[in-house]
Amino acid sequence: MYDMKAYYESESVQHAIELRLAHPEAHIIAGGSDVLVQMREGKRAGVELISIFMLDELRGVTIDEEENIRIGSLTSFSHITKNPIIQQYINVLGEAVDQVGGPQIRNIGTIGGNTCNGVTSADSASTLHAWEAIVELTGPKGVRRIPIKDFYLKAKVVDIREGEIQTAILIPKASYENTYGYYIKYAMRNALDIATNGCSVNVRLSEDKKTFDRVRVAYGVAGPVPMRCPNTEAFINGKEVTMENIEAFAQKVLEDINPRDSWRASKALRQHVAVESAKRCIIESVKRAGGEL
Amino acid sequence: MGKQYKLVRYNLNGKDVEQMVDVRASLTDMLRNDYRMTSVKKGCEVGECGACTVLINGEAFNSCIYLAVWADGKKIRTLESLLGPNGELADIQQAFIDEAAIQCGFCTPGFIMSSVEILESGKEYTDAELRKLLSGHLCRCTGYENIIRAVKKTMYKRLGKEMPQE
Repeated sequence: MYDMKAYYESESVQHAIELRLAHPEAHIIAGGSDVLVQMREGKRAGVELISIFMLDELRGVTIDEEENIRIGSLTSFSHITKNPIIQQYINVLGEAVDQVGGPQIRNIGTIGGNTCNGVTSADSASTLHAWEAIVELTGPKGVRRIPIKDFYLKAKVVDIREGEIQTAILIPKASYENTYGYYIKYAMRNALDIATNGCSVNVRLSEDKKTFDRVRVAYGVAGPVPMRCPNTEAFINGKEVTMENIEAFAQKVLEDINPRDSWRASKALRQHVAVESAKRCIIESVKRAGGEL
Repeated sequence: MGKQYKLVRYNLNGKDVEQMVDVRASLTDMLRNDYRMTSVKKGCEVGECGACTVLINGEAFNSCIYLAVWADGKKIRTLESLLGPNGELADIQQAFIDEAAIQCGFCTPGFIMSSVEILESGKEYTDAELRKLLSGHLCRCTGYENIIRAVKKTMYKRLGKEMPQE
C-alpha cells in the first residue's frame, strides 16, 4: 500500500485540467517510476495524486500537419525506441531512452515524466535540448508551446502552470531534417544507474559533407539543469570537418559547462568525461551523416 | 477522506476478473492478497530488483510500482499462467532447473516472466542483447551465468535451431 491521501483518475485531458484546478496541491502521476518510488521513500508520503496514466490519447509518435515529430507525453521509453518514425528521423533519441533504468522501467517510464521531473540526469533531456524540442502544455487557457530550454526553470522545477499538464513533445522539421546525432551516457554500470554525465551531439553537414553546417551539443549533469553549449557550437559551425577542429571543439565545451563535485563523481572527472564524450559523439555523428574523417 | 476503493475489471492469466480495490494498493498487493498469486514477490518495492515482474499486455513491468487500479482493461500474466493442465512445468522453468539457474528461488518468477516476453517475441538475440533484456533483475545466488544459459537454451529450442557452442 502506498501512503496516499486521495486518488483522482483523469478520464480525458480536459478532465485532468479540471482535476488540477480543483486539487492544486495534488501531484500528477504518469508512469509513476519517480512518484511512487518517492512516496515509498517518504519524500512524497501522504500526497494526493492525479493520475493521467489511463489517457491513451497521450501515447504514440506521429508526424503532424506542420511536419513536426509529435511524441505524446505518455509514450513509454521502450515504445519510443521501437518506433519507426523515431528510428528514421531521430534515432539518437530512441538510443538515449534505451539507456534509462532497466527493461521494466523503460516499459513504464514516460518521456513526459522524464522531462517534467526537471532532473538534469534524465537520459532524454540532453538529446531533447540538442534537438531544440518544443514542449506542449495544455491547460485552462488552451495549448501553450515553449522551447524545452525555457521549460526547465531550475533543478527539479519546470514551467508547468496552474491547471496544466504536459501533453506532447515536438521536434520541428528544421531541427531533424538531414541531421544525425549520437548520445553517450557515462555511468558506473550498464543498467539501473543514473548518468554521471550525459552528452548528446548532432550535426548537419554541408552538401559535399566537408563542412559543419550546424552542430548542436547538449549535456545532462553538467549543471543544475540540462544545457546547450553556445560557445562550442559557435566555434565549430562553418568549420571544416577535420580531426583538428574536432579536438578543439571538444576542449571548448569546458567554457560552457559547469559540473559539480558530488558523491557520484568529482568535477574534474566530469569535465574529463564531458570533453571525451563530446569528441566521440561528434565523430560518430559525422559518420552517421555520411562524412569522412 | 476515508478509504477510497475503485472497481477494476481485467484479465488475469486468461480469466476475466473484477475486483474492488483500495486505490493505495500496488499491483503486487492486489495480485498477492486478493488472488494469492504468490509468485509475484515483494522484493525492493521500488522497481530495482525485478522480483515482482509480471506481463501486462505482453510487456514486462515491475508490479510493485504499478498501481492496482491501472490494471483496468489490461491482460495480466503471472508465473502461475505457465502451469500445465496436470501441473507440468513450462520449458523455460525446466531449463532453469536443468541449468541450475535457481538457488533460493526468490528472483526466479520475475526472471522467468521477463524470459517469457523474450521467448514469445520469436527473435534470436545475441548474448549481449539477452544480458540487456534481463538486466532489470537482481539475483544474489547464481551469478547470472546459468540464468542466461537457461534462457538462451530455451530460445534456440523454440527457434528449432542448434545452440552455438560457447
